[in-house]
Amino acid sequence: MKIPDLTELALRNLRESLLRNSLTTVGISVGVASLVAMLSLGIGLQQMASRRLVKSGLFDTIVVTSRRELRGMGREEERTGPAPGESRVLDETARTEIERMPNVAEAYPDIRFATELRFEDKPHLTMVSALPESAKSNDAFEGMQGSFFSSDTAAEAVLQKSFAEELLGKTPALGAAEPSVSDLAKPLLGKELIMRYAQRGASPVSRSAAAAPDGLSGAAYSVVSREQKLKIVGVADLDPESMRGPTRAKVFLPLKLAESLHVMQPTDLREIARAASDQPVYSSISVRVKNPAQIQGVEDAIKKMGFTAFSILDASRGLRQFFAVLYAFLGIFGSLALMVASIGIVNTLVMAILERRREIGIMKAIGASDGDVKKLFFAEAGAMGILGGLAGVALGWAIGQVINVGTNVYLRRQSLPPEHFWAVPWWLVGGAILFAFVVSMVSGLYPAGRAARLDPVQALRYE
Amino acid sequence: MTTAPVASAARSTLAIRSENLCRHYRMGESLIRAVDGVSLEIHSAEFVALLGSSGSGKSSVLNLIAGLDRPTSGSVIVQDRDLAKLSREDLAKYRLHVVGMVFQSFNLIASMTVAENVELPLRFAEVDRNQRLKLAQEALERVGLQGRMNHRPTELSGGEQQRAALARALINRPQLLLADEPTGNLDSHTGTEIMDMVRDFNRELGMTVLMVTHERALAERYAQRMIFLADGKLVDDQQTAYVHSGKRGQS
Repeated sequence: MKIPDLTELALRNLRESLLRNSLTTVGISVGVASLVAMLSLGIGLQQMASRRLVKSGLFDTIVVTSRRELRGMGREEERTGPAPGESRVLDETARTEIERMPNVAEAYPDIRFATELRFEDKPHLTMVSALPESAKSNDAFEGMQGSFFSSDTAAEAVLQKSFAEELLGKTPALGAAEPSVSDLAKPLLGKELIMRYAQRGASPVSRSAAAAPDGLSGAAYSVVSREQKLKIVGVADLDPESMRGPTRAKVFLPLKLAESLHVMQPTDLREIARAASDQPVYSSISVRVKNPAQIQGVEDAIKKMGFTAFSILDASRGLRQFFAVLYAFLGIFGSLALMVASIGIVNTLVMAILERRREIGIMKAIGASDGDVKKLFFAEAGAMGILGGLAGVALGWAIGQVINVGTNVYLRRQSLPPEHFWAVPWWLVGGAILFAFVVSMVSGLYPAGRAARLDPVQALRYE
Repeated sequence: MTTAPVASAARSTLAIRSENLCRHYRMGESLIRAVDGVSLEIHSAEFVALLGSSGSGKSSVLNLIAGLDRPTSGSVIVQDRDLAKLSREDLAKYRLHVVGMVFQSFNLIASMTVAENVELPLRFAEVDRNQRLKLAQEALERVGLQGRMNHRPTELSGGEQQRAALARALINRPQLLLADEPTGNLDSHTGTEIMDMVRDFNRELGMTVLMVTHERALAERYAQRMIFLADGKLVDDQQTAYVHSGKRGQS
C-alpha cells in the first residue's frame, strides 16, 4: 500500500475509536511534555550559566603574565620554555602586539595596587584596580547602585559592597544580616575619596644611564607621593574579581585614568635590575577575545610569543561534563512518562486488533498481505506518536512558559533581576517529536506483528 | 441473453484442480477431518455449485481454493499455481489478483463508505487514487449502486450490501469468483437478483464461478455442475439439467 493511502486509512481508523485513541495520544503528549519540560529546563539552566559566565568575562578573557612573574599561573611553561630571566618583558610593545592579533577584542594592562584611600579624613587601606570600559557589561555590575564611570578618564570610583561597609563602619558581624546595597550606596554616592599613591616618575638618571657605554644600564626613576580625588559613582553588590582570590580589588577606577596616574607597580622594582625602559612594564595583561570559541587559538599564539597565558577554559570543560550528566538524568526522568505512554499505545492497538479482527480478516481475504496489515497498524501507532509528539511539545513549551513567568514574578518580589532559564531549541522540538514517533513505532511492533499473523479464516468467523 | 464467446472458448482449459485434498483440524483429543481427500477439476468459465449439509466441508474447500487456508495434505492447483507451495506473500497476491470473494454476511467494512469498500483491493494493488475512483464507479454502476457510493454499508439493504460486495469482488477483474452462500442472508427475490448478476459475470466476463450453497434448487437453476460433499468427502459430481437440456442460463 502507498504511504498516502496508508496514512489516510490509519487516520480514518483512529477517528473510528476517537475517545480511546485520543486518550492514548494524550498519554503520549504528557510523556513528551515531561521530556521536553525536563530537557528544556536543563538546556535553559546551561544557557543561563553560560550567559552568566560569558558576562562575567571568565570565558572570553586570557590573563597573560610574563615568565618573569614567578608567581604566575603557568607552571608548565616555566618548566618547558626559556628561563624566566631570558624571557620577554610584558611591556607596552607586547601589549600592542597582542591587541593586534586576530580575534582579539582588546588587551589591557592589569593595573592593581594596594594603596590608602581617605574618606571623611579616615584612612582605609585596600586593593585598587582599573577597569576598561567594556567591563560595564560584566554582570557583577548588574545590580549596582549608582552608575558605571561616565568616561574612561573620569576621576571616579566604583566601590565593592564590602568596602562601602568598611567606609561607613557597617561591617556586619559573622552570621548577621548584611545591609542592602541601596542602604550603603545612599550616603556614599557623589561623595569624595582621596587616593594617595606612589607615582613612578621619569628620572634624569635614567636618561643618562641609557647612554652608558658599557651597556650595563638599569632602570632608574623617581617615586613621588601623589593624591587623586575620586568621586564615588557606584556601589556594586557582587564581586567582579571573585576569581582573583586574595588579590581582588575593592575599589575600581577607569582604566585610562589609572594609566595616566603612573602608579608604581611591583614589577617596576624588579625591572630596576634589568633593562632601562621608558615604557610601562606590566605584571599582567587581560586579553579579551571576540568569541569564547576562539580562546584556545589566541591563548596558544600568546604562549608562542613567550608569555604565560591562562584562561578558564579548563574549568568550562568540567562544567560541560556536569551539564551532560544533568541532561542524562533529566532525559531519563522525562522519558519515563513516555515509556508509560508507550504501554498505552500497545494496549490501544491490541484492543484495536480484537475489535477489528473481522476487518483484518476481510482485508486479507480481498488481497491484503501480512505486510499491508502490519504497515497499517504501524501507521496508526506512528500517527498517534506524531500527534502526541506535536501536542506534547506544545504542552511542554506552555508548562515552561508558565514556570518561567511564575519564577520571574517570584524573582521580582525578591528584588532580583528576571532570568530566562527555560529554553526549547528547535532541535529539541524536532527530536522530541521524532522520539515520540520512534517510541510509538516500537510500541506498535508487537500489535502489528500479531495483526499480520492473524489467520484470515479464524478472523472471518469472528463476530 | 446470449452466451459470451469467451466463456465457451476458455471451457477447455483447467482453472482449478485438487488432488486428494485434505484439511484436518485437531480439536482437543479428536481430529476433525473437515476436508478428506477431495479430488476435483473445474474448467475455466465454468459455474460450479458446491453442495452439502452444514459441516460437510464445502466452506473449507472454498477457503483452500481461495488461498485463505492451507491444506494438511494433497494439493490444490489454480491456474497452474500450486497454492500449498506459495509463500504467504504470494498467496496474498493470488487473492488480490486472481480471486474475487463474496460471503454470506457481505463482509463490508462498516467504517468505510460503499465506494471505499469497493476500491479497497485497489489500494492493496497500489493503484492511483483517480484510477481507483473510476474503476469503483464502473463496478458500482455494473451492480446498479452508483447512487449509493457515499453511503455507509449500514445504510444499505441486505441486497444492496451484497451487490456492493460483488462490485468489490469484481474490481480487480479476477478470473475466479468464489461465493460462500451469497444468498444466505437475503430474501428469495433479492437472492435471485444477486444470482442473476453472478451468472452475468460468469457469462459476460468469462469468470469461473465456484459457489457454496445448501440450496439445491438455486444450484440447479444457475450452475452448470453440482459437486456434493458429505463429511469432508466428495460424494457426487453431476451436470445440471440446464446444460443437458441446452437451456443453460435461462432464469
